[in-house]
Amino acid sequence: MARIIGGIGTTHVPSIGKAIADGKQNDPYWSPFFRGFDRVHQWLAREKPDVAVVFYNDHGLNFFLDKLPTFAVGAAGEYRNEDEGWGIPVSKSAAGDPDLSWHLINHLVGDGFDITICQDMLVDHAVTIPMALMWPGEGAWPVRIVPISINTVQHPLPSLARCLNLGRSVGRALDACDKDIKVVVVGTGGLSHQLDGERAGFINKEFDLLCMDELARNPDALTRYTIPQFIELAGAQGVEFLNWMAMRGALTGTVSEAHRNYHIPISNTAAATMVLENVPVAKAHACTGKGAHGEGGCSGNCIKNTIAEARKPEPVSS
Amino acid sequence: MRHHAIPGTPLFDGAAAQKGLPLNRMCFSFNSAANRDAFRRDEAAYCRKFGLTPEQREAVAERDVRKLIAAGGNIYYLAKLAGIFGLGVQDIGAQQTGMSVDAFKAKLEAAGR
Repeated sequence: MARIIGGIGTTHVPSIGKAIADGKQNDPYWSPFFRGFDRVHQWLAREKPDVAVVFYNDHGLNFFLDKLPTFAVGAAGEYRNEDEGWGIPVSKSAAGDPDLSWHLINHLVGDGFDITICQDMLVDHAVTIPMALMWPGEGAWPVRIVPISINTVQHPLPSLARCLNLGRSVGRALDACDKDIKVVVVGTGGLSHQLDGERAGFINKEFDLLCMDELARNPDALTRYTIPQFIELAGAQGVEFLNWMAMRGALTGTVSEAHRNYHIPISNTAAATMVLENVPVAKAHACTGKGAHGEGGCSGNCIKNTIAEARKPEPVSS
Repeated sequence: MRHHAIPGTPLFDGAAAQKGLPLNRMCFSFNSAANRDAFRRDEAAYCRKFGLTPEQREAVAERDVRKLIAAGGNIYYLAKLAGIFGLGVQDIGAQQTGMSVDAFKAKLEAAGR
């Protein structure tokens, strides 16, 4: 059975990519941020995940504003990065896991999330920079990925509650997966920042700390904010925190905060890094498909069974 | 129609998305180095090719970020355009807030204290 080992939240500011390329990790400006990853590296070295499910937002590489899905799930064997137009180096590719992608897709749609399915998908810095931060150095990254993009760019955006529930659906699908894999869930972007308008440069330390506290212990509390309320408190682009909400939702067990780093500023942004450990709760089968499941796991059969069940004629009541 | 006006904070909503489509489409094209070069060679012709409105063409010519946003530009896409002019997000931030770049950076630093 797939085991969700935990979640990682991290900022994905483009200039981090330049700093890595230029080897500036120990510069006074950068070291308070990069040092925050030492504990992340230790945790990943100990836990050794096989797969990373990455919630992120595209900034105009794979998607344009003419056709922009609210939620999109990658189902590719490989995810390439390309020139994003603002001068950061093009990243190496990430390996995909199409079987796991389709397992998640089947469950999400069965669960009422009408996601877009992407068999070809470029991933931008919001995926590649967190990958480079989590697994620095040369050579291929040691995990396969399933990227899930959330629209945080063009309003209307999905609510905090919707993104938390999207994550929960992914978490249930992982719990129901019979593959023997360890999964880390990643949410990228944020925390508070604003690039546009007369309020550009807005950062709200107090609110960021509250968000991290609540994310760890009671994420439902954060769903009280509407998107405009959240933007007022976190800045126009601080709403990338939706990716962190989805990450947290996917942690279906008992969650505890293992590590946190918070530093202002990196570029225009309050930079945050967090590790949340997930201890699975012993349970039978958490798949939401209504039909019968295979013993001890699910290979998407629950969806087929659900469909079969739906086609059965309604019993006639007497 | 905006139910929640947040001071100094544009929300990229349906109205902006419709208005800004030609401008943002041009900015999206700057993912390609060949297109960035074509823009540099003949800016006016490149703007015409993408059907920018007079307001958008003027905002591009003036490198005025507030006008670009008022003309429907999305900040992530405008960042690709700004990159051609050698402007980073702190330059853009300084321009929009009417501060010097150093003062804008100092403001960011101060937020951490």
